[in-house]
Amino acid sequence: MSKPIIATASLAGCFGCHMSFLDIDERILDLVELVQWGKSPINDIKTFQQDCDIALIEGGCCNDEHIHTLREFRKHCRILVAVGECAIMGGLPAMRNNIPIKECLEEAYLNSPSTSDANPDKIFPNDEELPMLLDKVYPCHEIVKMDYFLPGCPPRADLIYGALVALVTGQEAELPYEVVKFD
Amino acid sequence: MSEDMNKPLTDLISLTIDGQEIEAEEGQTIVQAAQKNGIYIPTLCALHADKENGLKYDLAPGTCRICTVKANGRTTAACTTPVSQGLVVENDTPELNDLRKTIVELLFVEGNHFCPFCEKSGSCDLQALAYRYQMLTPRFHYAFTPRKVNADMPKLLWDGNRCILCRRCVLAIRTEEGEPLFVFANRGDKSTIIVDTELIQDISEELAQQAMDICPVGAIIRKEKGFDTPFGQRKYDHSPIGSISSISSDMTCSSGENKTGGEKS
Ligand code: SF4
Ligand code: SF4
Ligand code: SF4
Ligand code: FES
Repeated sequence: MSKPIIATASLAGCFGCHMSFLDIDERILDLVELVQWGKSPINDIKTFQQDCDIALIEGGCCNDEHIHTLREFRKHCRILVAVGECAIMGGLPAMRNNIPIKECLEEAYLNSPSTSDANPDKIFPNDEELPMLLDKVYPCHEIVKMDYFLPGCPPRADLIYGALVALVTGQEAELPYEVVKFD
Repeated sequence: MSEDMNKPLTDLISLTIDGQEIEAEEGQTIVQAAQKNGIYIPTLCALHADKENGLKYDLAPGTCRICTVKANGRTTAACTTPVSQGLVVENDTPELNDLRKTIVELLFVEGNHFCPFCEKSGSCDLQALAYRYQMLTPRFHYAFTPRKVNADMPKLLWDGNRCILCRRCVLAIRTEEGEPLFVFANRGDKSTIIVDTELIQDISEELAQQAMDICPVGAIIRKEKGFDTPFGQRKYDHSPIGSISSISSDMTCSSGENKTGGEKS
């Protein structure tokens, strides 16, 4: 049997969850024995070359490109894992959810100390190449079905590793008290 | 007659919690009786008075329902239900714990709980209950309800995003003249805490600290003191809420009392 293929994505996240994943250190060598790598920012493979078994998703959805990417992952991956608070509930970016989007943009591009002088023509970035901001930041499970959730900001490397190995080997993941934390 | 004289001051009655027979005093609540006997019933609004929190009497606002038990088969809040002779209480059962987990999940989606940057994270009772019941994510949709923050006062800030409306601050945090600093306003999903911004101007450091400490979540935060306990040293970093080490303050308290009693005799 061929090894299961793993993909990862970073949506509205800070890459901290990916960094935490890399904190599994030398266990990455054990993981290589168990899995193959598909599309991921870690190996810079940008398109799905084949369907994947497990995808780790960091970050929620704050623009239309995130939604598109997440739906692509749902289409091409058997199991989607929401990794980290941003994927689970929006995280830090979702702090804007109770502020009207117009106010957010005005604060960022017109009124903040660093932009008020630098942007005399009062321009909002609006190139068609740029993704469109959504009204709110959405947790992943509000856009597509997510299969598993690993909390933490970022989730501890032990939690990510333990969950991956459990998924690949078909065992139930262990959830030790000190490893499952929300911060 | 001699029987009467041997009677203790308050009548002792017996009841069972999860099959374990315990003694309690008439007039105690199920939560108080369990506490005395070292049995953990989760609470978010009820609070046992001890040296650490500086309360003079136990609080039991009965607002959160996390203490729900079955008493003679009926679900009820253990912090407001008095004990009675022969009462059969179910507490630590899969059914009740799942119900409690549901309450925790509802509280998480109703407010805006951004644990990663909350000053109370690691020492928060709501978060600790989520850990205890292994909540990986709430099974409900996040409401992202707009809530107010009041930071326009010295020493403290109040963050409605995290307030679970437990009423502890309303009951316990008072000026020396007994005036409340926190009051309830509105009803239903509009309910909120209002801070008396005039009275709060000159509260002492001690009262500010007590307000932060008795708040079960991170809704009352001392200014300039946030994040001063490093990871690994916070209240619930190593052991779950309700385990021996996290109720040790109560244990120390009662053994301390015994010691004083011993010295006197
Ligand atoms: S959960 Fe935390 S570490 Fe992960 S992407 Fe979000 S902010 Fe970064
Ligand atoms: S109050 Fe508790 S549950 Fe809410 S954000 Fe702070 S630590 Fe998390
Ligand atoms: S501020 Fe804290 S103590 Fe007061 S009602 Fe809200 S959660 Fe309870
Ligand atoms: S602890 Fe009993 S209702 Fe809150």
